[in-house]
Amino acid sequence: MTITAPQKTAPASPSLQPTGWLRYLSFSVDHKVIGLQYLVCGFAFYLIGGAMAGAIRTELLSPVSDFMARDVYNQILTLHGTVMIFLWIVPVVNGAFGNYLIPFYVGARDMAYPRLNAVAFWLIPPAGLMLISSYFITGAAQSGWTAYPPLSITTPATGQIIWILSVLLLGGSSIFGGINFIATILKLRRPGLKLMQLPMYCWAMLGTSILVVLSTPVLAGTLIMLSFDIVAHTGFFNPGMGGNVVVYQHLFWFYSHPAVYIMVLPAFGLVSEILPVHCRKPLFGYTTMVYSIMAIVVLGLVVWAHHMFTSGTPPWMRLFFTIATAFIAVPTGIKFFNWLATLWGGRISLNSAVLFSCGFIVNFVLGGITGVALAQVPFDVHVHDTYFVVAHFHYIVYGGSVFVIFASIYHWYPKIIGRMLDEHLGRLHFLLTFVGFNLCFAPQHWLGLNGMPRRVAEYDPQFELVNQISSAGALLMAISTLPFLWNVIASAFFGAIAGDNPWRALTPEWLTSSPPPVENWKGDPPLVTHPYGYGTPADEIDLNSASGSDLWRSGQ
Amino acid sequence: MTSLTPQNAQLDHIDDHGAEHGAEHPDHRMFGLAAFLVADAMTFAGFFAAYLTFKAVNPLMPGAIYELELPLPTLNTILLLVSSATFHRAGVNLRRQNNERCRLWLMLTAGLGLAFLASQMVEYFTLPFGLTDNLYASTFYALTGFHGLHVTLGTLMILIVWWQCRTPSGRVSASNHFPLEAAELYWHFVDGIWVILFVILYLI
Repeated sequence: MTITAPQKTAPASPSLQPTGWLRYLSFSVDHKVIGLQYLVCGFAFYLIGGAMAGAIRTELLSPVSDFMARDVYNQILTLHGTVMIFLWIVPVVNGAFGNYLIPFYVGARDMAYPRLNAVAFWLIPPAGLMLISSYFITGAAQSGWTAYPPLSITTPATGQIIWILSVLLLGGSSIFGGINFIATILKLRRPGLKLMQLPMYCWAMLGTSILVVLSTPVLAGTLIMLSFDIVAHTGFFNPGMGGNVVVYQHLFWFYSHPAVYIMVLPAFGLVSEILPVHCRKPLFGYTTMVYSIMAIVVLGLVVWAHHMFTSGTPPWMRLFFTIATAFIAVPTGIKFFNWLATLWGGRISLNSAVLFSCGFIVNFVLGGITGVALAQVPFDVHVHDTYFVVAHFHYIVYGGSVFVIFASIYHWYPKIIGRMLDEHLGRLHFLLTFVGFNLCFAPQHWLGLNGMPRRVAEYDPQFELVNQISSAGALLMAISTLPFLWNVIASAFFGAIAGDNPWRALTPEWLTSSPPPVENWKGDPPLVTHPYGYGTPADEIDLNSASGSDLWRSGQ
Repeated sequence: MTSLTPQNAQLDHIDDHGAEHGAEHPDHRMFGLAAFLVADAMTFAGFFAAYLTFKAVNPLMPGAIYELELPLPTLNTILLLVSSATFHRAGVNLRRQNNERCRLWLMLTAGLGLAFLASQMVEYFTLPFGLTDNLYASTFYALTGFHGLHVTLGTLMILIVWWQCRTPSGRVSASNHFPLEAAELYWHFVDGIWVILFVILYLI
């Protein structure tokens, strides 16, 4: 042993890793460090994207283009969408919480491919900086986050090419992360832990990662073709050269519709973790939750053309995609009612995490209803590319995913930092966010129904008052970030000591110290077969036959 | 770690991926490669879908030339299929600790890969259309070019493996044959893509 030891330590690269706070700026391979890197990096981009949203709402205070020039508005709008989707929500709901929690949940000491994991994170900051710097160099892309040709071919090329490059890098990061999550969940489970005993977030991340691995490469290929059109003057998507713009739309939405589920399925999983803990009840309908996620994964891959009902889609396609989209409401509805049933009769402690989770449920059902409405061709043809669509998807991605990100930060902060967040500031944050969000986006339904087009710096003067109300809501949302920022920074130094398990939770990440040690546990990882066994002795729960409903009926 | 030298002490609190823990975990690298190849296949699927849709919806513009000859691509198909077999022989010989034979088969495989690339180049230079001539020409070059990039990478991998199994105690050996198997799986994948590409681009 003493002879072989020097040989084993020969690859000295791990010893280069710093151990203090500097490791958060290093190529660390610790999944908890990488998770936090994703979270903080994502939040920085959220502030940048939020500032852009502020600029957009300021411009829209008046019907004329006065705050910024029209092409600058287009650039800001494109950057806002791209930053919020690819640099904030996707990396945070997948990368941040996935990296932090999944190894705990499967009873592993790290992800399956730690170095690949670090590579996946470190693709993000350069891609994001490149994207934003394009605004200062030659002007950013102007064709929206969808980059539809011929608009993306005719607008200035440099910004568009930088946009394509950074989205390709972010897509690569996403694929590497997805492969890692699939391998970790399927291959790295500790012995004795069955798939149907995993916490729900694992299932959500498994479904999400399948979507990432299947659909993101198609976007990559499409963007490569688009860059050929721009740089080499091929004609894939250029009607003037015999190309076909609708093919771009099909390929783009083959990724970008699943991208909605890539943003919202992990949020479903996180809410399913938070609610049972604070309601002291088992998660209602575990098995149906699992099948719902998998149904959403399958259906999510075959509904993309509902974004294209006005793109000359033939009737059979409209019929198929309308029906397929309406079907998604079924598994989503199952999950919605399961959360309500989890809350029902529970001993709810109405703290910030639960408030944000409940805010998510309310917002998400509103966004879901408008989503089903938008899937109907006769309605969609009228509101396509209006503010109704803007309102709908902000209810999904902000009211849904971002609310859950905040809920998750309130829930897991004590584990990550080891100190509690301030509850009063948290509730103030929730109140400001919830009121501001609904004030900002609910009026946009009305704007869209009355015909205000999206993505334009100027609008008909009759919409001025409602736009100003919406902008006031946006201001409230901006202000709501302040108590949150103060809370997370101050609590890291002055917050009450959390202890290992302040919520008395049963999932494995709470069964270690706060913050957890390197390698997650001193000693063997615990075997948690009933992660939601609240209010019942663990051995009375038979997940295979009962799941939540029987427990609920028996009054537990 | 029986003797706690300073080096070891440092490693202990750094992370769990130092060499000392490597042996504890089962090897999931092949699973990761397979998942990556699924993603890679989806990129090709996107290109194929685009090509087939163009074919179904967009007629060739008047005066545009898009003619493909069969002999050279058929030869290419044979080259790649044979190279899959030779790569397999290399793997068999490595596991039998017959490194010399293994390297011979690897060199043959790399040679076939290079022959494929050369033949592809010949085809490119003799075709009557260029990249930007028309929609089909562009798609043809994009698809075959993207595939050719994969063949190039695969050939480089073969040459690296060939270099690393010089001696039975080298980095690639009978006891550590993952690099060879990974390159082999990738190579079979690239061959399979070519067969689909051949059918879609040349035969239908």
